[in-house]
Amino acid sequence: MNLKVITFRNLMRRKGKAAFVLAGLVIGVSTVVGIISFVEAMTNDINHKLEKYGANILIVPKTESLTLTYGGLSLGGVSFEMDEIREAELARVSSIKNARNIAALGPLVLGVVTFDTRKVLMAGVDFEASEILKPWWNIRGSLPDQNGVILGAEAARVLNLDYGGRVRIKDNDFIVSGVLQPTGSQDDQLVFARLGTVQSILDKSGRVSMAEVAALCKDCPIDEMVRQISEAIPGAKVMAIQQVVKGRMETLEQFKKFSYGISGVILLIGSLVVLVTMMGSVRERTDEIGIFRAIGFRKKHIMKIVFMEAAIVSGLAGIIGYFLGLGASTIAIKFFSENHSGYIPMTPELAFGALIIALTLGLASSAYPAFMASRLDPTEALRAL
Amino acid sequence: MSYIIADNLAKTYGNGHAAVKAVAGISFNINEGEFVGIMGESGAGKSTLLGMMGAMNAPTSGRLIVDEIDVYSLNQEKRADFRREFLGFIFQSFHLVPYLTVIENVMLPLAVVRAGKKKKWAMAEEALDQVGLLDKARRLPNQISGGEKERVAVARSIVNEPPVLLADEPTGNLDTKTTGEIMKLLRRLNDEGMTIIMVTHSSDCAGYAQRLLKVSDGKLVGDN
Repeated sequence: MNLKVITFRNLMRRKGKAAFVLAGLVIGVSTVVGIISFVEAMTNDINHKLEKYGANILIVPKTESLTLTYGGLSLGGVSFEMDEIREAELARVSSIKNARNIAALGPLVLGVVTFDTRKVLMAGVDFEASEILKPWWNIRGSLPDQNGVILGAEAARVLNLDYGGRVRIKDNDFIVSGVLQPTGSQDDQLVFARLGTVQSILDKSGRVSMAEVAALCKDCPIDEMVRQISEAIPGAKVMAIQQVVKGRMETLEQFKKFSYGISGVILLIGSLVVLVTMMGSVRERTDEIGIFRAIGFRKKHIMKIVFMEAAIVSGLAGIIGYFLGLGASTIAIKFFSENHSGYIPMTPELAFGALIIALTLGLASSAYPAFMASRLDPTEALRAL
Repeated sequence: MSYIIADNLAKTYGNGHAAVKAVAGISFNINEGEFVGIMGESGAGKSTLLGMMGAMNAPTSGRLIVDEIDVYSLNQEKRADFRREFLGFIFQSFHLVPYLTVIENVMLPLAVVRAGKKKKWAMAEEALDQVGLLDKARRLPNQISGGEKERVAVARSIVNEPPVLLADEPTGNLDTKTTGEIMKLLRRLNDEGMTIIMVTHSSDCAGYAQRLLKVSDGKLVGDN
């Protein structure tokens, strides 16, 4: 016979009350676990989608002149004579602190070339990086080699060319290896070739006009990455495509705050359920606790009994709440995520966290009832006999 | 020197005009191994006096000395230890813990004692054997009779072999035959050397005591 036996036997006798406390804690814990795992899954899902949006940081040369284009309209005879970034400088991007968050770096060289009598904008790109930077590209044909080009849909229409055709640019013959499906962007107007090829045509060897960066921003602050790249390339202007990244991240942050607020309220309600039930239990056991005190139990022994009961129920609630929350979020994610498989992995950290939350909540809510129980005067119990 | 010294014990409940003097300065000595009965009409202050003797109800004034220990100079936790080591209690309504078996109820005072499981079981079995209930050790309190419950209460009070046993109307809820059995049991424990202080209304029960303290209006009016 020890305090554990008393605790266990009492729990077995008062199954209804124990179940009520358990339910209060399970609801609280499962809500928190559900929300955390749901938010985590949604964050991954949004990041996954963000990657599909391609580049979210632009690196362009610093310039003192203001742009004279608006909505695709060019005013004031804007030329493409602009400063450039050296490729050697661009290489420094791979050494920034958050370099691991860079999914792709795509240098781009731009220049005007003449097709017969027409002037077109030619872009030299890294086609391997473009797969990540421009995931929406759909090429009819194939990627070009050193002697090939691909045409934007509008460029192909205006130049009256299709894949398989031949073009002559600055005394060099090129094969049109593919035509881009319409993208709705400026890419439709351009002629693309490999970076080295265009640099050679434009006589811009080792220089690029701009670069696009696809940053994986699950764990990185995009502004911080912009600052790091700016420091790495002082001669360049680095811009985040804020509306894409920030907008989604802010939405997620707001959702997180709202969810955590709701979780807090539910946890508070759960702890009140525990508090009220435990207080009721202590009141019911006044005589019993009085007898315990009369036969020599110290205050700490009484508190230990109440806390052990709370710990057993809370521990159980932590385990049940974790799995219930995980199950609920797995179901919820299927409704809220278009492409998600609905699988949320079990994480030891969250399981441990659920247990700690349940135990903290259970024990904290039982502290006052335990204190009240320990203060029961044995005389009062004796008088009641 | 006497084993128990009640030195001018007094207890007043409430303050001012609402003050009620339950015990008004009672003094007596009890020697080791005595069987003392406390009698008096309802409201005479018997139970208050027993509460003070049981280290549970601090007197408003006066002292209680047991085995040269000034009981109420101890703090509450030390008094709990004192109760566990020096006193056994038998309550009027048995007050067994309903979710513990008979033997677990008997072992209750040992729950906070540092001793092995086997030793605790052996002590509880011995106490149950003394009250003749060893065969009902595994039963729950609601599976035994009133007389048996009282005997379990007696076993619980003696399991840790306290030198003093306090009993508050131990036979108040029992029939005559069972009352006789319980009183014989208490007498036997006293014969074995245990000091017993028993509050009772019954003159039959009081007949088992060697000495009778009569209380009226919170005062000691007789000591035979």
